[in-house]
Amino acid sequence: MCLRKEYIMAKEVSPGVKALRQVVEDVYAEAREAKKQGKPVGWSSSKFPCELAAAFDLNVCYPENQAAGIAANRDGEIMCQAAEDLAFDNDICGYARISLAYAAGKRAAKKLDPETLEYVINPETEKPYTELVDINEIWAMPEGEEKEKRLAAIKPYRQMQMPMPDFVLCCNNICNCMTKWYENIARMHDIPLVMIDIPYNNTVEVDDTYVAYIRGQFDKAIEQLEKISGKKFDEKKFEDACANANRTAKAWLKVCDYLQYKPAPMSGFDLFNHMADVVTARGRLAAAEAFELLATELEENVKTGKSTLPFPEQYRVMFEGIPCWPKLPALFRPLKKNGVNVTAVVYAPAFGFVYNGMDEMVRAYCKAPNSVCIEQGVDWREGICRDNKVDGVLVHYNRSCKPWSGYMAEMQRRFTADLGIPCAGFDGDQADPRNFNEAQYETRVQGLVEAMEANRLAKE
Amino acid sequence: MNTLFEKFDQISKSPAAQLSAYKAQGKKAIGVLPYYAPEELVYAAGMVPFGMWGSNKKTISRAKEYCATFYCTIAQLAVEMLLDGTMDGLDGVITPTICDTLRPMSQNIRVSMSDKMPVIFLAHPQNRFDLNGLTFTVSQYTNIRKKLEEIAGKPITDDDIRAAIKVYNACHVQQRRFVKLAGEHPDVVTAVRRSAVLKAGWFMLKDEYCAMLKELNDKIEALPACDWPGTKVVVSGIIFDNPILLQIFDDYKIAIVADDVAHESRTFKTDIPDDADPMMALAKQFANRDHDVLLYDPQSSKNRRAEFVAQLVKDSGADGLVLFMQQFCDPEEMEYPYLKKELDAQGIPHIKLGIDQQMRDFGQARTALQAFADVLAVG
Ligand code: SF4
Ligand code: SF4
Repeated sequence: MCLRKEYIMAKEVSPGVKALRQVVEDVYAEAREAKKQGKPVGWSSSKFPCELAAAFDLNVCYPENQAAGIAANRDGEIMCQAAEDLAFDNDICGYARISLAYAAGKRAAKKLDPETLEYVINPETEKPYTELVDINEIWAMPEGEEKEKRLAAIKPYRQMQMPMPDFVLCCNNICNCMTKWYENIARMHDIPLVMIDIPYNNTVEVDDTYVAYIRGQFDKAIEQLEKISGKKFDEKKFEDACANANRTAKAWLKVCDYLQYKPAPMSGFDLFNHMADVVTARGRLAAAEAFELLATELEENVKTGKSTLPFPEQYRVMFEGIPCWPKLPALFRPLKKNGVNVTAVVYAPAFGFVYNGMDEMVRAYCKAPNSVCIEQGVDWREGICRDNKVDGVLVHYNRSCKPWSGYMAEMQRRFTADLGIPCAGFDGDQADPRNFNEAQYETRVQGLVEAMEANRLAKE
Repeated sequence: MNTLFEKFDQISKSPAAQLSAYKAQGKKAIGVLPYYAPEELVYAAGMVPFGMWGSNKKTISRAKEYCATFYCTIAQLAVEMLLDGTMDGLDGVITPTICDTLRPMSQNIRVSMSDKMPVIFLAHPQNRFDLNGLTFTVSQYTNIRKKLEEIAGKPITDDDIRAAIKVYNACHVQQRRFVKLAGEHPDVVTAVRRSAVLKAGWFMLKDEYCAMLKELNDKIEALPACDWPGTKVVVSGIIFDNPILLQIFDDYKIAIVADDVAHESRTFKTDIPDDADPMMALAKQFANRDHDVLLYDPQSSKNRRAEFVAQLVKDSGADGLVLFMQQFCDPEEMEYPYLKKELDAQGIPHIKLGIDQQMRDFGQARTALQAFADVLAVG
């Protein structure tokens, strides 16, 4: 799941969007700074209860967000390949592969000529080629010019500069792939792992037995975090983080709800970028404030009839799943060509959880994409499809994400039966560009547009 | 002894006939998907648990309505056999959800079987060790118990469960004994036979199976010691039960002296401990399951699973390890690099062979296994 820094479209960046970017930038910068000062830095799965770590003032980074960023910076393939060279199968989720390669010390760097230590330039792009390096080997080099140049050649964007972990926080609500992925990291670095296990749910209601089991784990996690941080659980900090997380969630939902306007005052694709804030910073006041600022801008757009969508909106669709980060322009192109705005993404309800008190917080963390039953999954999606008035659904069969893609076929049937809208699926991958077929995608979008058109004519 | 082998072979090859035979006796049957469902409760209810681990004979067709292509054949073929009527004789099915493939499959099965049979859901906890985890397991198992009672039309008493636990533990003893004896007598217990004997257990009531297996074990034990001219290996993976594939082992005189296979020893290596509360006993058995690609290891910074497998190779006197990697099985794939690392560090030769249940051409596997046998023979 999760996300990357910004969605590259030539457009004006509003103060709200700038603020959201800054929040994520700060998360990484503070983690780097903490590492420099010798404080423990953690790596956390996207839907681990961040409120717990916040109670100890611990700095945390998010490998899923990192992997999305690496993929969007076009280094997904080289990092996936690096993991495969470490014997991780190419079947494994692309985020996990990128993260495991990174954890093992692999980095994408600007290619250096070993003799001259100058960058080797690709004549086509006029930029240096990319090569894979191993940070452990570089760190082991004697001090001097070569070491400095090699360190400087590592790609400068923040996801390629994330500090190595001193502990890991794993919550498998989103997938069980997390469990072994984080165990592998713990093994590589010989560091403690805090595990919050959230078993898969077969009912819309979260049973009390789940709540009791997960609360019990919270208590254990707190003990572990006390050891890791050398601090006591700070009730006040915890409550602040909870309040912030709730405020962020509300503001996030508010932003998402602007997609209900027809035409929408923004491109729904933007939400994918803003997800980064929900994942990496939902417990921070700055994230809540940045979303609130964005909401005021969208309100203004509604009043003035403006939109961040760089083309007139003719059709509205739900985009199901995570986008293919390495292929964003290819993903966007046929949508733009056909006037299709994404006005619904399942992340809106899936991450917009508001709670009151510890038990409700537990229930909220039970409701992640991929941890809920099909009825809940359908309900979330059909809710936003109705509210945001979509004409069709574009389904990403994401090669990386088995738990997500595994019941989409049935969901598609339900969307069509319940909402009377067409659906089209395409094959892709959120992080490994080798699994996306642009020609197939274009054909499927075209097919969807034709079906939406036919549907519209039939209604008229 | 040959008659016994033939009987096991028949049963392993014809689960459908087994199912009909039990149904003809007026028994009810419950399908049990992998992994670690408490089938003791099915037995305790007086019903027949029926293992569902895919099939080597079917082709995925109707399951495509539910699954994309990138799911293991075990899960896809389970859906297939439920859809195409092969499993219509079942009175219910239990769907565990311990991996990312089984999560959505539990939903697909529940949806697609809504008119056919009750689908019983199971979510195991990963933090399964302390009272908190054990209590959760008990609550999940209690749901299953209730659903099974509805299907059986009668209550399952604690004593019923205690009796089932006895039968299962006794059966584990014979299963482990068989694995050991098979390793000592590969001349008689060929790889093909070994697999058939172990597989049959998934389609039989465990008391019947245990009795038959004990009879076989006694006979094997009475055989003169075998001076094996070939090589010896441990096999690892989710399942490898294709007779054509197994025949290759026999052709190249590769004996299987132990296994770390989910369909085989991973299931029966852990007994059900004593506990006044039989439900808690079952929960503790699950908690005690260890060294498993599917289960969380709280000492994850160590490499315990790989060390365990390497030790198994040493203890069993094997020359190397053959890992059968089910295609699209990310849990097993995720644990491979550290397994490889440990095996390499200990100088244990291994090969990894990708398989799935729709494989019909074993040419590559044959070549690889032959080459591996040669390496081991020289080593
Ligand atoms: S398997 Fe799916 S949910 Fe899990 S990390 Fe990968 S993309 Fe995210
Ligand atoms: S083979 Fe692997 S992916 Fe398939 S059901 Fe078993 S554990 Fe899950």
